[in-house]
Amino acid sequence: MDAILLQVLNGLDKGGAYALIALGLTIIFGTLGVVNFAHGALFMLGAFCAVTVKALLGITKVTLDPTQTTPWGAPMEIRQPYVEVWFGDFGTTLLDYSVPVSILVAIPIMLLIGIVMERGLIRFFYKRPHAEQILVTFGLAIVIQEIVKSNFGANPIPQPAPDMFNGMIDFGVALGFDAGNVVYPAWRLIYFLFSVGVIAAVFAFLQFTTFGMVVRAGMADRETVGLLGIDIDRRFTIVFGIAAVVAGLAGTMYTPILSPDYHMGMDFLVLSFVVVVVGGMGSLGGAVAAGFLLGVLQSFASMNEVKAILPGIDQIIIYLIAVVVLLVRPRGLMGRRGVMEQ
Amino acid sequence: MFANTISKKDLALLAVFTAAVLAGPIILKPIGAGYPDLLQKFAIYGIFALGFNILFGLTGYLSFGHAAFLGVGSYTAVWTFKLLSMNPIPAIILATIAGGLFSALIGFISLRRSGIYFSILTLAFAQMSYNLAYSVLTPITNGETGLQLTQSDPRALDVAFGRDYGAVLPVSDLFGMEMQGYPGFYFCAVMLIVCFFISMRIYRSPFGMMLRAVKSNQNRLNFTGVHTRPYALTAFIISGMYAGLAGGLLAVTDPLAGAERMQWTASGEVVLMTILGGAGTLLGPVIGAGAIKYFENIFSAFNDGILMKIFSFLPEVLQHLAVSISSLFVGEGWHLTLGALFMVIVIFLPGGLMEGVTRLSNLFRKQPPDDRAGGTPHPAPAE
Amino acid sequence: MSDFKVTRRGLLKSTAAAGVALATPTIFSSKSFAAGYLNEPKGKTVTFGFNVPQTGAYADEGADELRAYQLAVEHINGEGDGGMLNTFSSKALKGNGVNGKKVVFVTGDTQTKSDAARASAKRMIEKDGAIMITGGSSSGVAIAVQGLCQEAGVIFMAGLTHSNDTTGKDKRANGFRHFFNTEMTGAALAPVLKNSFGTDRTAYHLTADYTWGWSQEGSIKKYTEKLGWKTASAVRTPLGAGDFSQYITPVLNSGADVLVLNHYGRDMVNSLTQAVQFGLRDKQVNGKDFAIVVPLYSRLMAQGAGENVKGIFGSTNWHWSLQDEGSKAFVKSFGKKYGFPPSQAAHTTYCQAILYADACQRAGTFMPSGVGAALEGFKFDGLGNGPTEYRAEDHQCFKDVLVVKGKENPTSKFDVLEVVEVTPRAQVEYPASMLGGELGPYNNG
Repeated sequence: MDAILLQVLNGLDKGGAYALIALGLTIIFGTLGVVNFAHGALFMLGAFCAVTVKALLGITKVTLDPTQTTPWGAPMEIRQPYVEVWFGDFGTTLLDYSVPVSILVAIPIMLLIGIVMERGLIRFFYKRPHAEQILVTFGLAIVIQEIVKSNFGANPIPQPAPDMFNGMIDFGVALGFDAGNVVYPAWRLIYFLFSVGVIAAVFAFLQFTTFGMVVRAGMADRETVGLLGIDIDRRFTIVFGIAAVVAGLAGTMYTPILSPDYHMGMDFLVLSFVVVVVGGMGSLGGAVAAGFLLGVLQSFASMNEVKAILPGIDQIIIYLIAVVVLLVRPRGLMGRRGVMEQ
Repeated sequence: MFANTISKKDLALLAVFTAAVLAGPIILKPIGAGYPDLLQKFAIYGIFALGFNILFGLTGYLSFGHAAFLGVGSYTAVWTFKLLSMNPIPAIILATIAGGLFSALIGFISLRRSGIYFSILTLAFAQMSYNLAYSVLTPITNGETGLQLTQSDPRALDVAFGRDYGAVLPVSDLFGMEMQGYPGFYFCAVMLIVCFFISMRIYRSPFGMMLRAVKSNQNRLNFTGVHTRPYALTAFIISGMYAGLAGGLLAVTDPLAGAERMQWTASGEVVLMTILGGAGTLLGPVIGAGAIKYFENIFSAFNDGILMKIFSFLPEVLQHLAVSISSLFVGEGWHLTLGALFMVIVIFLPGGLMEGVTRLSNLFRKQPPDDRAGGTPHPAPAE
Repeated sequence: MSDFKVTRRGLLKSTAAAGVALATPTIFSSKSFAAGYLNEPKGKTVTFGFNVPQTGAYADEGADELRAYQLAVEHINGEGDGGMLNTFSSKALKGNGVNGKKVVFVTGDTQTKSDAARASAKRMIEKDGAIMITGGSSSGVAIAVQGLCQEAGVIFMAGLTHSNDTTGKDKRANGFRHFFNTEMTGAALAPVLKNSFGTDRTAYHLTADYTWGWSQEGSIKKYTEKLGWKTASAVRTPLGAGDFSQYITPVLNSGADVLVLNHYGRDMVNSLTQAVQFGLRDKQVNGKDFAIVVPLYSRLMAQGAGENVKGIFGSTNWHWSLQDEGSKAFVKSFGKKYGFPPSQAAHTTYCQAILYADACQRAGTFMPSGVGAALEGFKFDGLGNGPTEYRAEDHQCFKDVLVVKGKENPTSKFDVLEVVEVTPRAQVEYPASMLGGELGPYNNG
């Protein structure tokens, strides 16, 4: 029982990441009708916001220590971060909390990146065939990746969570388990809560603001909304920016779980497309539901007991679910008729 | 019987294509691509892209799983070498059949859906094949290392005909002619020309017309009582057979079959080749395949030393500047060039490289485009 | 091929060209070896082919290998400070190239894919006339390229490849490996594990689900079970899983008190980071401190796991903090040129380039069979690993193996590992017949 509960937690955690990426992707589908292969790259850029913030905070004051030398004969360098030199203990805390702090940086930066991307490139592709959208956004994703690689290298860069959240939380006790049986890393719980919060915020924004109402109307019937004299294009630009922010935040907060490297976006790209399609193209609720569903099922498929019966099932479970769902429900869990079927 | 239905223009195109392919080693020498391995790759991936284009270019169904058929072709060919004979003929025949059977199975299921749902279904099948080939299917595929020949392989037919390869690892040979180097290229080249001819016949046939109709208006066809799925499935199987053949030829020229041939990035590559060259055009996919393989093999090989030589005519300061800027785009940065190329092509030449060719020739000829040779640039309505 | 306008004359011309092309294959053919052997150098230079990952997950390792190769070429040609040539026991190389020819090189990108690696190696052999191929950062690629070099007829000096198969089941006459393998890792690690953790332990393996992972898991199981350890479970994880939480949580309550991570590269970074996140490093099971073991360490990759490597055992081929003369000379030479210490990938590839050049010089030829004979059974010292031998039976180097541990108080970002023990060669040696495979005859092209 506790093993199953732990796997559910693992699944929710993973599902949180899947849902966040898929949410942005499906918003872009639904509103702009664009297949965005650069969405994984946005996730990766979010993660590198955290890397950059940590690197900037960690810029060190270098003093040379002439009494010691490196093996190749240069004087040994003593490094101390400037924030510590300037702010003392507060600086140390700031460094420790670099991942949460990067959220504040990631939001405006990702919004800007999203808007620039939409205005500079994506908007010229609204009316173009999906194949061309795929080619151009895929090209963009490669370009973004390579730029990141030439600046940060190809190896993963560790981003520890703040010390306070590095421990485990024993919350099995609250559910009546023995102490020590259901313990879970604090940061992963935070990630799950964070993803739920962001999803709720996006839904609230679309549901309860006039802006959101127009966007939803635009998703349902773009032409009519345009005829009403509403400048739908400008709103869609902002929608693209929001989708970029959601993907970016998913990446920023994920860094303590997965050390970021330049290629991480591509790894999530295929997966997030599967999630979106299983959920149903253009369906926000579907994307979220499918994200969590796939996360949890993937965790269960990895259990030894399951693998003993079906060897290799954890390798293919995601795709297997996609096939089954699409054959049973032609438009995914919550997809609408006629969206992206041409 | 084809001869009396084939138009003069097509005949000319075929002749030029044949000549250009056969003269490949000479034509491509000046740009550094005139060596056997890359020429073989040009021809093989040309076949792969030609086949993909029959599905995607004509029917508009965007498959993201064609690499699986290529992989199955390769595995089949290597197993044929191991069990039957080192002669390439049985290997490529069985590889083509295997590609066809596997694509019939996957196509039958995937074609129940259309649009992006179809794409994801094909992607899912291909990824499952890749993941399983890499891990639990290792007894059949030899996993990460890839399926290789060994000296102790049975090779039943070879043994029956008294062929003995001695203590060395055998290479594939066509009745004594080793399928490596230039002979290997010419074997692939002949296959490419045959495939080109077949796909030309398909394009011009009533069947091809029907496939185009599937793309432009499937609903109308359904309303008039035409079942479109058998047509789409036939196109899917034909393109799967092309992929199987390409996979078989990869094994013929280089007897190793690795799982990563089936990964989604490999499926994505053939999509990119086709769109880059010009989807729906006859020649485009072959050119697109060539362009991508050229980048992969030649641009990745430039290092600082070579760049220094290239820019040696500049004063030293400028030379270093030029080298440091250009080194971002070649060597370890060749992906950047590829990504930028995709963007530039699709932004400025939506019909792919073939549209560029058509535009250029229009510029010189000052007359309407030859839509037979150049094909129709996107959105390719029925002719 | 850009203009397909058909004119009668053009058609005639191209048909004629095709005729020439059809007639020429034997002239161009890479298989033409009137020379005696493939790509025999005729001019003043000889070309080495460096085939390393420049894109993909191992691009940084590839870049470090390339740096080491460039350094080796400089030293062979007599530029720079000579590096390990000064400490190398064989004095055949005089700093004037090899066999009187200056060494030049070409490079290629393996992408850590067998197909791409073979294509790139073929380009170097067929187009650039490379006399040998070396490099790589994974066993799948090494075995694929080794097979190719055997077929083509050039020597392959393997780079970073740790699977037993490279010089075991898939060994080839034209292939040589300086790096160690999973068998040696198991043999070297076991005594250290016994000293640190005792003989009453239960291990839980997480294994990358491909050939190298299985090979590693097999070796560690074999040697730890000899110590009296039990194996609770060995779970296969998909390559590139990213999040390993679903494989780690079952460890928590499994009763095991050691976790063995048979992962490399990004898988290792992620699984280790996450295992530590799940509190495994600080856990107590059966009254004993829980332990994590990473059998194959790479310093470059360990940097990616940051603080999480502290106190965690593993093995490595070489480490820059070694204090023998060879290592010191190499670190000095590399550090001076690039400003940071070399990785084990850089070290093994540097050694391979030097060893190849030295063998050619001693053999007086570049012919694969001649060079191979010079390498077989060759005993040397001064290349950072102590006395070493290229065993003739399987073309595998035998030398001491380093057991390392994540350092508790690193002084710089490169200083993440400390050497715990140098397991002597005698303890890690095994009979060549144990791993099977056939070298076969040399192929000279």
